[in-house]
Amino acid sequence: MTNLTHLSMSDALAGLKAKDFTALELTNAYIAAVEAARPLNAFITETPDIALEQAKASDARYAAGTNLPLDGMPLGIKDLFCTKGVLTTAASHILDGFKPEYESTITENLFRDGAVMLGKLNLDEFAMGSANITSYYGPVLNPWTGKDPAGADRKLVPGGSSGGSAASVSGRFAIAATGTDTGGSIRQPASFTGIVGLKPTYGRCSRWGTIAFASSLDQAGPMTRTVRDAALMLQSMAGFDPKDSTSVDMKVPDLLASLTGDIRGLRVGIPKEYRVDGMPAEIERVWQQGIEWLKAAGATPVEVSLPHTKYALATYYVVAPAECSSNLARYDGVRFGLRVEGKDLAEMYENTRGEGFGKEVRRRILIGTYVLSAGYYDAYYLKAQKVRARIAEDFAKAFEQCDILLTPTAPSTAFAIGEKQDDPIAMYLNDVFTVPASLAGLPGMSVPAGLASDGLPLGLQLIGRPFDEETLLRVADVIEKAAGPQPLPPYCR
Amino acid sequence: MSQDKATLDAKTVAKIAHLARIKVPAEEQEHLAGELNKLLDWVEQLGEVDTDGVEPMTSVAAQTLRRRADVVTDGGYPDKVVSNATDAAEHFFSVPKVVE
Repeated sequence: MTNLTHLSMSDALAGLKAKDFTALELTNAYIAAVEAARPLNAFITETPDIALEQAKASDARYAAGTNLPLDGMPLGIKDLFCTKGVLTTAASHILDGFKPEYESTITENLFRDGAVMLGKLNLDEFAMGSANITSYYGPVLNPWTGKDPAGADRKLVPGGSSGGSAASVSGRFAIAATGTDTGGSIRQPASFTGIVGLKPTYGRCSRWGTIAFASSLDQAGPMTRTVRDAALMLQSMAGFDPKDSTSVDMKVPDLLASLTGDIRGLRVGIPKEYRVDGMPAEIERVWQQGIEWLKAAGATPVEVSLPHTKYALATYYVVAPAECSSNLARYDGVRFGLRVEGKDLAEMYENTRGEGFGKEVRRRILIGTYVLSAGYYDAYYLKAQKVRARIAEDFAKAFEQCDILLTPTAPSTAFAIGEKQDDPIAMYLNDVFTVPASLAGLPGMSVPAGLASDGLPLGLQLIGRPFDEETLLRVADVIEKAAGPQPLPPYCR
Repeated sequence: MSQDKATLDAKTVAKIAHLARIKVPAEEQEHLAGELNKLLDWVEQLGEVDTDGVEPMTSVAAQTLRRRADVVTDGGYPDKVVSNATDAAEHFFSVPKVVE
């Protein structure tokens, strides 16, 4: 019998329809894989009982011929999505014991379509981080951890903030996972672990019931092993939701139908500003390779300019902390989560928040409070919002000359746990290629493009026009085919 | 670090921390001031961008926010509302005494 946990979602769905195996067998295989993967620390909460119950319901639907689009697919859910009756932590001490009384729209949509929940996945605290090292529940190990080409041991980060999601999909202990992306939190970990990660256009997926970090940027998306699986999963996740005021009332097109393999005549923009100083030659090589693949498939590369690219990170690190300082004001020890007593209400707030937030979250709240405070608002926050408009304008102009953009996803492969830990700016640089599209609200996607000379995966990023996930998926599918089958991480060998 | 820029000292950190209602122990304030100053110095680069006449971007959505009828659409379950509170009594959240 084939190794059930190594099947893609599309293949597993075909297997279930053909009655090659049952949803219960598939889920049991995954529950065992989740248990075996505990040393990677990817899950904060495992929910095998819920998974088994959902799998049994799936089997009943398959037997009755009423099966749903994702019926029986065992998913990992990033622990930023509220799940009814199941501990939801955002990987923060401050949400100790929080069991939502409601279901996020994203998880509700996935369950509506028959998905099975294996558990809640580890992440950077409140999704603030690029290495999954800021979690109250400890770091996540990348399944690519192992020997380097010289034979020395290395313990690698999975990227972040959706580190548990990336590790579980790459390590074959979730068939796919939900992620969220504020400045690169789906795409960068996808690149670090050799999987597919798609951040949809802002407004495509409902933010309702997803714990907020920076509301003008946060967007949920699928993390999968194949481009086809990303299309399948986004189809279920996306859609209008009246409960989110920024959810867009627009029909979601048939995403699978976009995988035609035909990109002849497509103009692929290559932004010259993405050649940054000190970028490893490996990244440049993979990028060039990507251009060649698309050319061979009939697309035309076009050099474009996004002149304000170099200001994107600094803009992001004003806008995102400002929004986070406002969003995280709700954690006060009164209505849910941790409470640390004090002699009066003010002291109780300060004690609760002092103990409940980790160092990175605290740093961002303080910076955000500062840039929003009287006397500094115009100099920092308003200025950043104006530069953000410039960055968005750059993209709009570039899309007059091209249909899609191709860039590297991240400026490096996965690094070791402990690296860049003491220098926030060095850590922020991980997102140098992903943040600009986030600021402009554009859809972005990371697709595996092979291994670098250090033996670790590297992704290529595609950035599309607003609400044009179809072109994104169509081109990603071409890259995936050109790159060929990707090797399994050492954890699975 | 140039002196004409806003420079955060430990005292300012204590003030922001109080505004944010986060207890920051005195022995951490100096170090935190250094970290925050580095970040603020780094974002000073935004001053290089000409933004004259540029409208600040508050949202990526081109649309105006939707409106709906001003009617109650949810509620009526106080048990659920207080179910996650550390300290709740008779459908109220309890907090330390505020008024003397």
